[in-house]
Amino acid sequence: MYSYDAYDQAIVDARVDEFRDQVARRLANEITEDQFKPLRLMNGLYLQLHAYMLRIAIPYGTLSAKQMRMLAYVARRYDRGYGHFTTRQNIQYNWIKLAEAPDLMADLATAEMHAIQTSGNCIRNISSDQFAGAAADEVADPRPYAELLRQWSSFHPEFSYLPRKFKIAVIASDTDRAAIQLHDIGLQLVRGPGGNLGFRVYVGGGMGRTPMIGHVVRDFIPVGQYLSYCEAILRVYNRYGRRDNIYKARIKILVHELGAVEFTRQVEAEWAEMEPLGLDAPAAEYDRIRAQFAEPDYDLAASDGIDRGDPDFALWLDQNVHPHKQPGYAIATISLKPVGGIPGDATAEQMDLIADLADRYAFGEIRVTHSQNLVLAHVRKADLYSLWAALAEADLATPNLDLVTDIIACPGLDYCALANARSIPVAQQIAERFASLDRQHDIGELKIKVSGCINACGHHHAGHIGILGVDRKGEEAYQLSLGGSGAEDASLAKILGPGFSEAGVVDAVEKVIEAYRTVRTGPDERFLDTYRRVGDAPFKAAVYG
Amino acid sequence: MRLLTGNVLETGDVVWWDGTGWSRHLHDAADVGADGEALLAATLAAERINDAALVDAAPTADGPRPRTMRERVRGAGPSVRRDLGVQADV
Amino acid sequence: MAEVQDQAAVAGAPSPPETAAAAVLSFRAQPLYDGPVVPLVEFTSASNTAAVRLDPGDDARALLPHLAGLRLIEVAFPKYRDGRGYSAAAILRAAGYAGELRAAGDVLLDQVVFMRRVGFDSLAPATPLDRAAVDAALARFPFVYQPAADGRTPVWALRHG
Repeated sequence: MYSYDAYDQAIVDARVDEFRDQVARRLANEITEDQFKPLRLMNGLYLQLHAYMLRIAIPYGTLSAKQMRMLAYVARRYDRGYGHFTTRQNIQYNWIKLAEAPDLMADLATAEMHAIQTSGNCIRNISSDQFAGAAADEVADPRPYAELLRQWSSFHPEFSYLPRKFKIAVIASDTDRAAIQLHDIGLQLVRGPGGNLGFRVYVGGGMGRTPMIGHVVRDFIPVGQYLSYCEAILRVYNRYGRRDNIYKARIKILVHELGAVEFTRQVEAEWAEMEPLGLDAPAAEYDRIRAQFAEPDYDLAASDGIDRGDPDFALWLDQNVHPHKQPGYAIATISLKPVGGIPGDATAEQMDLIADLADRYAFGEIRVTHSQNLVLAHVRKADLYSLWAALAEADLATPNLDLVTDIIACPGLDYCALANARSIPVAQQIAERFASLDRQHDIGELKIKVSGCINACGHHHAGHIGILGVDRKGEEAYQLSLGGSGAEDASLAKILGPGFSEAGVVDAVEKVIEAYRTVRTGPDERFLDTYRRVGDAPFKAAVYG
Repeated sequence: MRLLTGNVLETGDVVWWDGTGWSRHLHDAADVGADGEALLAATLAAERINDAALVDAAPTADGPRPRTMRERVRGAGPSVRRDLGVQADV
Repeated sequence: MAEVQDQAAVAGAPSPPETAAAAVLSFRAQPLYDGPVVPLVEFTSASNTAAVRLDPGDDARALLPHLAGLRLIEVAFPKYRDGRGYSAAAILRAAGYAGELRAAGDVLLDQVVFMRRVGFDSLAPATPLDRAAVDAALARFPFVYQPAADGRTPVWALRHG
């Protein structure tokens, strides 16, 4: 894992001092809330319905056990004993006091963590594949490049007052576990001509009010030049992105209005100006970072055998464990989606336990997924049973990864000041409706995603089944969409028809799923593939017929 | 009836204008009536209560009931965590 | 107003008169330009003006043929949230402009670090800024991650000599 050197630490420490000063000026009424708000937002501090909410970055989704223990400490000391893992590899706390926030930031800095640029119209946390460094299908570990992006984007002087927020994701496999085509910039590490590493560059994806799939603006930019290339993209956006209408200010609108061809031409012209300026970090810096993501000290004698004797363990093994590139090892996903629970929430006790298990079984490393689960990336197969048993004790071994109860949900109107409707209760009721594991396995892969407003933090546009909460004359109502995907086969879900009440939408989801079971070619045809094959007619008939 | 509400600068706590000061409890909220705009303007100018706003509510036997779910959630706490928020104190 | 302005950035520099220009914070060794400033739409190379103002929607590159004859380029920030002026400054400095580059308008304390980094060397805030507070803000971050017009060495260069 990346570990701060004296430079990184000094910069983050200076940020804590600056924030302490800004908070003091606000508390003394030396600056107005209007002036203070963008400053606290650039430190991840929002005012939500019940209190301040703090969003802490988990760069490229990688945490050390020590950092996880710090998150548990923050939950206990500054919050109400829990945290919420988000769809962009951040964690949020819901009950923060402004007056205590500087001390909280100082504590975080001791664990090499921060909340820098987790909000505001700037470059946000760089997200990545939760299986990075472990996946059998990646061309190289993308995280050193993501770390370089983190440093490049931190306090970027030209790009801290962009038209709107800006999100970058980096992967290194053809399998997209980070929804890169739904980011402002998506970077896929690939081998180019001659076998050299470079990035395929997607620009202009996004969800929100106007969802769009990103366009490939370059098939290959050598790794030695991707920073200046990103700089050129950001420069075009900063200069020409719309500032007259907040709903049209994201880069996807600029790409759409210019057309991908013209946008690409402008980026290339800008890059021709910028590339000679020496903006790219040298190879030595990449090598320094990469050395910190060195392969763990694998047990080369680790066995590939697993005792599947316990049927409950076997269920978890089949659903939540993925192949690892190293013989004798596996990748284990920890579900934060117990039936009836709050998607993505973890208690301080659970965080401490996971930190201990990571130390014992996974080289002290934990990953966070965009679908609000956690991952231990390098587990000896021989240890999986012990790991599972310990997780099960803490309600962390629900064998439901990518199944109908593994629902993404934003905080919604239970917490969020922007929400129009509650998301969590809808997710809970659907999960309870489909609580039977036999039923979940019969349905197979099905990704339900729930957002409480048009901003789409719950990724409803990318849901196989997407649910959007809306306000209908002061009452909560829900729209149902089908056919979205945030994976390598990215697509946008399409609204099925008129909306529903809270109870009505749960019934409608069940009708959609029963219709799928009727029309699928067999248990191997996923819901999404059935939908793409037959269209929405059978589902409309089932729901509205 | 109309209520004046906001969040305390230092803590973020939800508060309601009770006629003479700020209360944590929705059932203390006073009908600000025609004084609402003046009270809101004074609150904003003081810069000590954030996101101050006037909200519509209906009087009930249990106290004011805000018209929107948003304000009812603010008044109580998260509906999915009855152990948290003002609702947990009652 | 005057007590919070200390524009004498150069040791021994005489105190300028208390005019509108007194609100300008200087980071230049040379004196500030205090002649008339024309907006870009009125600027032509034939007009013999040495100072031009860029508004957020203006293309800074329109000035590139004329840089040698300019003593001041003022970049307007009508609203601090509008960050186009940062790109204008970066473009002008990268093109070799060495004259005064002034950020004018909604220039707040918490933006001055970024403004200095992209190449502004004078600041004309609509609401006066305390020079000591500005200097403290500028001194706060000991290292930077990116190369920029201010010429500070990015940490990757410090790490690798």
